[in-house]
Amino acid sequence: MAELVARAGKARTLLTTLVMLRRERPDLFDAATGIGLWVLFGAFLIFAVITDLQLVVVGIILGSIVALGAIGLTLVYGIMKFANFAHGDMMMCGAYLAFFAFISGGSIGPLSFGYGMILAILVAMISVGVGSVVIDRLVYHPLRQRGSGVVVFAIASLGLAITFRALILLWWGPQPQIYVTGIHPAWDLPFGVKIKPDQIFIIATTLFLIAAVYVLLFRTRIGKAMRAMSDNLELARVSGINPDQVIMWTWLIGGSLAAVAGVLLGIQSQLTPDMGFSLLLPLFAATILGGIGSPHGALTGAMVVSIAQQVSTSWIDPGYKVAVAFILLILMLAVRPRGLFGMKT
Amino acid sequence: MEGLIAYLISFAIFSAIWAIFALGLNVHWGYTGIFNFGVAGFFAVGAYTSAILTTEPAAGGTYQHYIAGYSLPFVVGLAAAALASGALAILIGIPTLRLREDYLAIATIGVAETLRRVAMNEDWLVNGTRGMIGIPAPLFDLVDPKDYNRLYLVIALVVLAIVYVAIERGIRSPWGRVLRAIREDETTAAASGKSVTAFRMQSFVFGAMIMGIGGAMYAHYIRAVSPDTFEPLFGTFIIWAMLIVGGSGNNKGAIVGAFVVWGIWTGTGEMAQRMPGFFEVRVHYFRLLFVGLLIVGALLLRPQGILPEERRVSLFVGRKEKAEAREAKPPGQSTVDPRDEDG
Repeated sequence: MAELVARAGKARTLLTTLVMLRRERPDLFDAATGIGLWVLFGAFLIFAVITDLQLVVVGIILGSIVALGAIGLTLVYGIMKFANFAHGDMMMCGAYLAFFAFISGGSIGPLSFGYGMILAILVAMISVGVGSVVIDRLVYHPLRQRGSGVVVFAIASLGLAITFRALILLWWGPQPQIYVTGIHPAWDLPFGVKIKPDQIFIIATTLFLIAAVYVLLFRTRIGKAMRAMSDNLELARVSGINPDQVIMWTWLIGGSLAAVAGVLLGIQSQLTPDMGFSLLLPLFAATILGGIGSPHGALTGAMVVSIAQQVSTSWIDPGYKVAVAFILLILMLAVRPRGLFGMKT
Repeated sequence: MEGLIAYLISFAIFSAIWAIFALGLNVHWGYTGIFNFGVAGFFAVGAYTSAILTTEPAAGGTYQHYIAGYSLPFVVGLAAAALASGALAILIGIPTLRLREDYLAIATIGVAETLRRVAMNEDWLVNGTRGMIGIPAPLFDLVDPKDYNRLYLVIALVVLAIVYVAIERGIRSPWGRVLRAIREDETTAAASGKSVTAFRMQSFVFGAMIMGIGGAMYAHYIRAVSPDTFEPLFGTFIIWAMLIVGGSGNNKGAIVGAFVVWGIWTGTGEMAQRMPGFFEVRVHYFRLLFVGLLIVGALLLRPQGILPEERRVSLFVGRKEKAEAREAKPPGQSTVDPRDEDG
């Protein structure tokens, strides 16, 4: 240790010190990056709140939507070990299925929509959830039987993503759709923050669903089995866990969360066939930032990525928002590939 | 008849250009198992690099801005496209090649999308969303303008042939066999004393350079490029469909896949024009559906593609066998050296 400190003193810059630390003492480096990133994110959040609170609030709203998508993505990634490139397009399908099922008219309190939207969300959740299970049986199950590598699954998911988008385009065309037209005034809150009632609905729905997912993961047998399989597949198998059942539940949960995320995104802005694909990079950035397989990680990552994306618009062109997510992703991969909460490999 | 020939020539030029991309992707995915989902990024870098070097200086004013504009020859543009694309591969490869394979896929999608945004937003660089026009066609003065496409077809086929031979030589060398070994089992390759990261980087740069050349060939054929060209569907996914359908790990398969998928893509377009209005307006979505189903269907039903990978890729074993077969007194006697079974 003393020798290490002496050599660190000789190193000219912080960077060379870090590179040396990574090589000589990976455990210390790991702890340092863990603490360092938390401090960095905390400092960034304080800075963002001081500079522009409104952008932080918008970031939290979009972060809620990304979080619902990313939790599903991270569960699938953790349990089935492959990157599901169709996750964004599953969100998009959910938004359009809700659009199909949505009966407009009436409104709940100050919201722009009525109980028809609750019903539409349920329809979207069930159809995307069950649809994911069916697609798993048709596409991923045969690939599993054959023992294909994870990359083959990822390519198949890409093919499915294109297929979903084509089907939605065939039915609804490329023009944007909107659930409820009209102008919905925003509320003025203290500190100059403006928020629409619909946006409070988005945050509330997300909080409710995340609580439900936590109850399911940490208080039920199937949740325990899911976490076990995510941690260690072989160990889970010898403990008598039925992988097929766990996979079915993972798709049900991941699919239905994706559907809600899509509907909420549609409420926040509008519906377009590429809405899901354009969210794919923030989804993956959130998942990897938080650590694959970790729901808390997905939630934290989604908030960090979305707030950073919104706050960045004070300085750079909004067209580069997707690049902000990407740069966060690359930095995380370079410094700490396992993410904030991910397991050591 | 005249029209049909012109159509077929244009079809062959496009197919040859797609085949160059499919070959580049085959180096990445087919031979090394590098999971590149950002072909569009290398495509864009190749196309824009060659465009800004070979085109005349920008007129300026309201509508035309881009850097460089040196009116350099086509060959210089092609070489620069390959170098720029290779340099991009090094930059992406350093942080991602040593990580899990799917991280590279996510990173390459991100690079492709970020580069497209840069091309769209930075008007001074490559003229933003308006795109660049007036990219010169090589050897344009040599023939009658109405026969020019025939000449370009020859150029495209020559470039394709050079790329094909270069990859075949590389893959059938000891270097190529290390790549395949890494694809099959990284740990074993590393245990045999091969630097996995170095070989992966070499393959990544090599494939990216080929994609850069493909991008330049595209730019000089269309003579205009804009950020729309590099949407993920056209820039990346159709090329994946070509490689998977043709047969990843087989260069002939990659070329066949490019011609087949592009044939179906343009063929369905032609067919839709003779169909009732419902199909005509939606033809693009039907083709999109088709590309998606083709990828999934090929993976499920014929994962090896039209032309499966050859088990043995040594340049020398085949020659030795043929020579031995000629010398062998009783014809039909087996001359396969058991040591070379998996060569």
